[in-house]
Amino acid sequence: MLRSLRVRLAQGRQFVPDLRTARPAGFRGRPEISASPCAAGCTVCREECPTDAIRIDPVAIDLGRCTFCGLCEEICPSGRFTFTPDPRLAARTPEGLIVREGVQPAVARDPDLARIFGRSLKLRQVSSGGCNACELELNALANVNFDVQRYGIEWVASPRHADGLVLTGPLTANMRDAVRLAWDAMPDPRFVVSVGACAISGGLYRGSPTLDRTFLGEARPVLLVPGCPPHPLTFVHAILDLLGVR
Amino acid sequence: MTTWVPASAWREALTDRVAAATPPSGHPAGRVVTLFGRREGDELVVTAVIERGGVLETLRTRMPAADGYHSMTEEVPALHAFERELHEQTGVAVRGHPWLKPLRFEGGGGQAAMRTYPWYTVEGRDVHEVAVGPIHAGVIEPGSFRFMCLGERVLHLEIQLGYQHRGVEQLLRSGDSRRLTPLVETIAGDSTVANAWAHALAIEQLAGVGVSRETELSRAVLLELERVGMHLASLAGLATDIGHLQGASTYGRLRTTVINTSMRLCGSRFGRSGVRPGAPAYAFGADQRGALQSALELLGRDVPVIDDRFLSDISVQHRLGGIGVVSAARAKEIGLIGVAGRASGQDLDQRVHRADLYPNLLPEVEPGGDCLARTRVRMREIHASLGWLRAVVESRAGWPRARASIGLLAPSSMGVAVVEGFRGEVVHCMETDASGALVHYKVQDPSLQNWLGLALCVRGGAISDFPICNKSFDLSYCGQDL
Ligand code: SF4
Repeated sequence: MLRSLRVRLAQGRQFVPDLRTARPAGFRGRPEISASPCAAGCTVCREECPTDAIRIDPVAIDLGRCTFCGLCEEICPSGRFTFTPDPRLAARTPEGLIVREGVQPAVARDPDLARIFGRSLKLRQVSSGGCNACELELNALANVNFDVQRYGIEWVASPRHADGLVLTGPLTANMRDAVRLAWDAMPDPRFVVSVGACAISGGLYRGSPTLDRTFLGEARPVLLVPGCPPHPLTFVHAILDLLGVR
Repeated sequence: MTTWVPASAWREALTDRVAAATPPSGHPAGRVVTLFGRREGDELVVTAVIERGGVLETLRTRMPAADGYHSMTEEVPALHAFERELHEQTGVAVRGHPWLKPLRFEGGGGQAAMRTYPWYTVEGRDVHEVAVGPIHAGVIEPGSFRFMCLGERVLHLEIQLGYQHRGVEQLLRSGDSRRLTPLVETIAGDSTVANAWAHALAIEQLAGVGVSRETELSRAVLLELERVGMHLASLAGLATDIGHLQGASTYGRLRTTVINTSMRLCGSRFGRSGVRPGAPAYAFGADQRGALQSALELLGRDVPVIDDRFLSDISVQHRLGGIGVVSAARAKEIGLIGVAGRASGQDLDQRVHRADLYPNLLPEVEPGGDCLARTRVRMREIHASLGWLRAVVESRAGWPRARASIGLLAPSSMGVAVVEGFRGEVVHCMETDASGALVHYKVQDPSLQNWLGLALCVRGGAISDFPICNKSFDLSYCGQDL
């Protein structure tokens, strides 16, 4: 009893009061691309980027591929890249994930999804080659700090109870049938969310013969949540924006 | 040290080294850290890394691939997983292996091929099977478990993995040096730092690059944060699985403090980009030291409070004590390593061989071999790592961030590195050809050896104990599936 009280006392209040305004200290999040011109003929960022996420003319980063390693910020001789702690990184389409000078990713509210799921959303997570970093961050959404249940959002065990299928990992051939089974077991209306560079684009595993990404062609994700892994707040912003919650 | 032996002397050379110490050599008994193979034309090149008294020896041989390879698992059961992998990766016959089943279905064929898995069956009027997976109830990676039961009692558990196979090793060998570190960071995301450090050590060996003490210290700081963070995650999971809500919520929020500290140091809660070959990949100055110090103060105050509450709870003791036992003898036989090994009396922790970084560190060994022992090992290691981190803060060590280029790799060489991650030994072996290009990259997560420990520990127990046994091992699916 006394021990339990001591734990309570030490625990205090742990929840992040406002998930919308919280900015994680030190987090390498949304990149900003400055207006300063590139050095003539310089392509060092494009060549060195391990995920081939950078385009030049104009300079742009594809957040669907980027693993937020920070290398481009470090090596650009013209200082064009700055990673900020802003966790708002998601978009609804692959094109929406291309960040350029003055262009930021944003998630538009989906009126239908907002009407149906705006106050209660049950999600089933399936990992298909995920490295357990995305999975741990998605789990963290339900801990006492992020407490995403405050918005009526919950992880469920059975796809039968789920409204959304949240995919992580690059989609391995060895999981292809299982992913489809989970999806087939979900009642309509339902939707898919891709979380992490691997799920969005294949990430570092793009083009590997061990993958089978045909599922994504058939059940197109309505939400793409970048990161390697995405910060829990990145997911929170993405899903709340999709549902038009505050 | 690398020793080549002719194929005819291979068996003897290997079994001699793992045999108990015999005079006059006086060597302590060796342990096979890894064993793997690759095809080179018509030949099979086999490599074993053997540890004796903290010294690693690489023992190698070549043999005609067509002749096949004669299994040594019957004599040295700890080789069971290595030889299954060797067979799957090289296609070479491994004769006489008692359990030569696919390890991760690397051969293509996808999930259709996985359905051909030759499950062990138990027959009898009242025997029944319970199949679980590949998708499990939580937010967790996939794997298939099949229990053969008599009523509630588990006669045998078989674990089929491979669902997470992404071709990590093939990609590492593909020659894109830009991707090496980012890829190894995703072998097992919860062991990002352990893998990145092992990779850095292996490639630094090959490139003949020496690094500063600060560089190594910068890695060890992130590794100990990774260890504390993941041990707390395991404890939170265990608490959840036995319905101990206070433990679940408290260990969970303490982990948040730890991984947020990693983020303060290197920009990522998982230590991504915190380790790069050649130099410290993040700066550790007054700000970072201050952030680490205040986290350590909080953890030093709050962790003992919840540990005390958790361990003194009668229901926790009953739920974890005596459940899922792996005896010390069995652990040694099957080559159990890491937390699970130490909880079954195995005196193994690679950090003791890094006295330059970890002076006075002793493996946290428990004799019990049950879920409670695995819990206690984690608690003690958290305590020890926090103490170690505190000493770093007090030493006022600091370093700037730097970038180093690694240069060319030595031709026809092998770099071998073993790092004690939070689960156990993470092994990276990189081999170059005569031109200095990578011909082989072998990575190994401790889960590879330890999954069998989980399968054996539930035998004779109640099937309802499986979730806590599983959590107490806390093994990696993607780390084993690669
Ligand atoms: S931060 Fe992203 S865009 Fe920049 S180099 Fe790394 S992966 Fe490429």
